[in-house]
Amino acid sequence: MGPQTYNSFFTVHGIIMIFVIVIPGLPAVFGNFFLPIMIGARDVIFPKLNLLSWYLYVLGILTVLTSLFTFGGAPDTGWTFYAPYSFKTTTNMFPAVLGAFILGFSSILTGLNFITTIHRMRAPGMKFSNMPLFVWSIYGTGWIQLFATPIVGITLMMVIAERFLHIGFFDPALGGDPVLYQHLFWIYSHPAVYIMILPAMGVISEIIPTFARKGIFGYNAIVASTMAIAVVGYFVWAHHMFTSGMSTTAQFTFSLLTFLVAIPSAIKVFNWVATLYKGSIRIEVPLIWALGFMFLFMIGGFTGLFLGSVATDVHVHNTSFVVAHFHYIIFGGMGSAFMAAAHYWLPKMYGRMYNKFWATVGWATFFIGFNVLYFPMFILGYQGMPRRYYDYLGQFHNLNVVSTIGSWILATGLIITIVNLIRGARNGPKAGMNPWEGRTLEWTVPSPPPPENFDVIPDLTSTSTAH
Amino acid sequence: MSEGKAHITNYSTLAMVLGSLLVLTWATVSITSINLGPWSVTAALLIALLKATLVLLYFMHLKFDSKLLKISFTAVIVVFFLVILLTFFDYLFR
Amino acid sequence: METITNVHRDDEASKLGMWLFIFTEILLFGGLFIVYSIYRFNNAVAFHLAGEELNDTIGIINTVILLTSSMTVAMSLTAMQKGNIRLCLGMIAVTVLLGLVFLTNKYFEWGIKFEHGLYPGSAFLKELGHGDIMFFGLYFMMTGLHALHIIVGLTILVVVAVFIRKGRIRPDKYAFLENGGLYWHLVDLIWIFLFPLFYLIH
Repeated sequence: MGPQTYNSFFTVHGIIMIFVIVIPGLPAVFGNFFLPIMIGARDVIFPKLNLLSWYLYVLGILTVLTSLFTFGGAPDTGWTFYAPYSFKTTTNMFPAVLGAFILGFSSILTGLNFITTIHRMRAPGMKFSNMPLFVWSIYGTGWIQLFATPIVGITLMMVIAERFLHIGFFDPALGGDPVLYQHLFWIYSHPAVYIMILPAMGVISEIIPTFARKGIFGYNAIVASTMAIAVVGYFVWAHHMFTSGMSTTAQFTFSLLTFLVAIPSAIKVFNWVATLYKGSIRIEVPLIWALGFMFLFMIGGFTGLFLGSVATDVHVHNTSFVVAHFHYIIFGGMGSAFMAAAHYWLPKMYGRMYNKFWATVGWATFFIGFNVLYFPMFILGYQGMPRRYYDYLGQFHNLNVVSTIGSWILATGLIITIVNLIRGARNGPKAGMNPWEGRTLEWTVPSPPPPENFDVIPDLTSTSTAH
Repeated sequence: MSEGKAHITNYSTLAMVLGSLLVLTWATVSITSINLGPWSVTAALLIALLKATLVLLYFMHLKFDSKLLKISFTAVIVVFFLVILLTFFDYLFR
Repeated sequence: METITNVHRDDEASKLGMWLFIFTEILLFGGLFIVYSIYRFNNAVAFHLAGEELNDTIGIINTVILLTSSMTVAMSLTAMQKGNIRLCLGMIAVTVLLGLVFLTNKYFEWGIKFEHGLYPGSAFLKELGHGDIMFFGLYFMMTGLHALHIIVGLTILVVVAVFIRKGRIRPDKYAFLENGGLYWHLVDLIWIFLFPLFYLIH
């Protein structure tokens, strides 16, 4: 693999994973299915808009994929499309950038749809104060989608304009400022990380109380921390730019704000642990994934603080330390939560149960492989191995080999898990209406749910079982 | 959320709002034509804000809409100004 | 009433959805306003001088046109609510007409700029210096995007008019008219800020 191929690989990996998989992953898959059921509605409020959003999503994917196979070769800027390189490179940037723009539009429409649905379609008695926590997390996510995505939309349009019209917005030769591009890009792309992780936290907040068989500890605190993450997370973007030549004032301001956003995340972890404490815990696959989430998320979160403080960031910036941190949060966090959700809701979605033994084996293999793959990267990064280089110095050899072996274990774990899920969905034993004794509304309808979810809209005015 | 009868704005109210908007346009043109230095930017933007508020409240009926819309609209504006402010933390002190 | 089943029509929800969409539009332009403010801060003098290049008169005329069109579209809603469909259609027609006049003015304004060699990437502009490049880059990008929104708004209004003719928008069912109107007001709202920032402040 040559340097150019390597550059294309990490770029396209980033674009596809971020914009196509991780951002829409949880909200689109489980949000569309369970959001209406959990609030006692028959569907989202704008079904046609939802369909449009899906078409845009497909169109966006196709556009991104076009960039791979058409003239110029696959893009090589990294998924961040940093200017000025993004409008100077001869590779095929335009479809990639346009695709990201279209996917952003799709994401906006989904957020808009979910917010309106939550405001207008809750069943009688379903108040904001007793709404399931997954719904709350989707709500917070929806607002970030609405507030952040337009900024990246216009930024990508400016990059396109720059490429074709040479306006000079981000071109230092014409008086533009490339650092401003970074500002605009991260004004979206940092909140985008919360678009990814908030629904994951929502899933965990559903699973933990179900399997601890007690109510969630500190419902209000979790709701407040969800919204706090959504709000504060919007104002921390420039911690990606500590080495870009920002003013010192901006550096310490954004460092401070970054530390603030750690507080609500920690509150959530505390509440999950407190929910488990003295619970009548039932060990099932979704809970194992959720516990894995907490472990990996904690490592990712704490190393995030290393990166949030200016002094250490200057040392580890653009090393594989960042790669490890990001993957612990997104792959270990959001990925685990996605699997937790899949194992939690699969019996509801397909009416069938997977094989518990293989699901556990799959999780264990994933968990071991994940840590073997990414933990060495922390060490490597700390020793100074830069990221996005296709080669490395001899002294980094051993740990890189360990990391590669980890990736094989990880892949095996994922394959076992996914095959087991598919087999379960097809041929597994019947699961019944409520295999986990869950207390949210989706467990009151048959598995799989009928097309309109409810024959009669549930009335929760007199009960308190919503969460 | 109040779901009563929709509020109907009178033609005369709308005409009066347009009148005020035109007066404000005239004001902003004349203010910026005299040289106030840096203040002309401030003045022009303040008048623009006033005009936008009129359009929002009356033409777009925000005045008669639900609290949710009012709050969330305010939130958009506040967020936008905070973003500008934080961006300037970089540029002001560079 | 808090809950709505699928069969029931929920105008309040469509309005909320429209407003949420308007928020994203505001922030879309907001991104450009951020860029404008930064580059104005970096190139204060050049922006000041470049602003004098723009024709105030066309700017004022277009402002008056858009403000008026905003009122007429608001009146069309009032007319619909009061059951006066003819007046409603008339007001929409006036709005569309005013929008077209705005675009025509814009066309000539841009045309003159192009004749003078003032367009993105032109050799003449490159000689003028960084501030001018930024000013005209932003001018074309922002007014261009705005014009694009005018075209979209006009299309929506034409569809609204067709729907009124077909009876799909009625005095008891006018959410689409209301939301189309909101979109048109948004275009006006953006212009209220574009006008002083480009034409006046110099």
